[in-house]
Amino acid sequence: MVVSREEILHIAKLADLNIKDEEIDEYAKNLQDILNFVDILNSVDTENVEESIGIANNTNVFRKDEIKEFGNRDILLQNAPEQEDGMFKIPKVI
Amino acid sequence: MSREDYEIVIGLEVHSELSTKTKIFCSCPTEFGGEPNTHCCPVCMAMPGTLPVLNEKVVEYAIKAGLATNCEIADISKNDRKNYFYPDLPKAYQISQYDMPLCEHGYVEIEVDGEKKKIGLTRIHIEEDAGKLNHDDYGRGSLVDLNRAGVPLIEIVSEPDLRSSEEVDLYLKKLKSILEYIEVSDCKMQEGSLRADVNVSVRKKGQKEFGTRTEMKNMNSFRSIVRAIDYEAERQIEILEDGGKIDQETLRWDDVSGKTFPMRDKEDAQDYRYFPDPDLVTIRISEEMKENIRKSLPEMPESRKKRYIEEYNLPEYDSNILISSKYFSDLFEGATKVCNNPKAVSNWIMTDIIKELNEKELEPSDIPFTAEQLGNLVVLIDKGTISSSIAKKVLQEMFENPREPQKIIEEKGWVQISDEGAIKEVVLKVLEANPQSIADYKAGKDKALGFLVGQAMKETRGKANPQMLNKMFLEELKK
Repeated sequence: MVVSREEILHIAKLADLNIKDEEIDEYAKNLQDILNFVDILNSVDTENVEESIGIANNTNVFRKDEIKEFGNRDILLQNAPEQEDGMFKIPKVI
Repeated sequence: MSREDYEIVIGLEVHSELSTKTKIFCSCPTEFGGEPNTHCCPVCMAMPGTLPVLNEKVVEYAIKAGLATNCEIADISKNDRKNYFYPDLPKAYQISQYDMPLCEHGYVEIEVDGEKKKIGLTRIHIEEDAGKLNHDDYGRGSLVDLNRAGVPLIEIVSEPDLRSSEEVDLYLKKLKSILEYIEVSDCKMQEGSLRADVNVSVRKKGQKEFGTRTEMKNMNSFRSIVRAIDYEAERQIEILEDGGKIDQETLRWDDVSGKTFPMRDKEDAQDYRYFPDPDLVTIRISEEMKENIRKSLPEMPESRKKRYIEEYNLPEYDSNILISSKYFSDLFEGATKVCNNPKAVSNWIMTDIIKELNEKELEPSDIPFTAEQLGNLVVLIDKGTISSSIAKKVLQEMFENPREPQKIIEEKGWVQISDEGAIKEVVLKVLEANPQSIADYKAGKDKALGFLVGQAMKETRGKANPQMLNKMFLEELKK
């Protein structure tokens, strides 16, 4: 698979990144390298290997349904650039 | 061509908030309301370095919903990230499920014009809710409240099996009732704990392929869902009739104008780039776990209905209304246990209670009094302590300020007059005041008796025992 300039622009848009025109080729090359690397993984023979999801071996890590209140809104909001009435204030969203 | 030449095809994505005590990936409370950002912690606020841990009840409730809707339950399942930017989504991804949902291939049965119809369920998966944006009136900015962020949801996706807004209404009512019966969700639409996105397309009757569909959001009652579907189907048919073509897009329903509007730029085709969430581990569901959950399922509506017809001799019509809500059904069973008069209890629910709920715009879950209290009310009528017209007033009191009916009639002095002497006194007084009615009755006008009984009731403010009144009037008139 070859990474095109259009694809780079599409991915940048989805990631909400502003990239400069002259950066596109550079990113395309970098992503291409990653894809090539993954292609190597694809060539490994996995005939008798059991299918896995993710890298962790353990399963069913659950929490009991018991309330623990964090109870400190000021700390949660302390780094907000702007706040009002205990809420994060952001540019208007329709 | 006209509207009748088209078939409407509808599929639903229903989101239902689960009634767990805590959020899906952290221990914050899920309770509705509360001061902004007080049901939050670093995890649901997406602070760097925090890790989600799945609430075991969420898995249990989702499997419960799956079993109650005839789904196959997965042996292995996982969580995936759905990536998009929106200020109510603090992580800029929603933890959801993509290709390995907990439940698949189920169905819900509805009854359309007396015929049973199966509505297929593609899947049920678990995910987290987003926060809420508040807009200040001066247009200076938006305010983010993340109390709801991380509240557990199940998304129930139906097959495109629905063919009219009426079928959708029946399907949603059925689904809501099932979720209430298994006690996994409150299903309160006004609090947003039940929401539905609706996919609508139209095609010429007989045509095999589906038409292009649009997705509608922002309907906040069953009624607006029905309206939105009718409007959107009409809009699509008109476009096709004019030789146009439907755009696949997401529309926002506006309840005030009764119209749909495009929600986002069509250029921005959705691309969520789902991938497995590396912060969470695989969910494995053993046969034992499935069996335990299956055993914990309560008696479902169809089985209750059968029992009502067979054991209580109730008409099918009554039974259908009673099982339409778990709250009616539980109220009925609880009250019947107390008074042993199933038909009377059923009548009270079907008439006065439903009427009162409609007038007050309440849901069955809002009924303020207990089943025992309703049962005791029926006992008071059956014993002749109060007449049924007084009972109606007692019931209204029970809605306003719920307490024992016995206490209400004592406080209000509403005990029925069954004392023969007292009744006779009233009868004589009414007869004396209405000589014309006596003459009418003697001339063969039976209606005059009804009038006299009515007058006596008025005189006693509804408290006289009507059977005794009737009997005594007849005796006196025959003299």
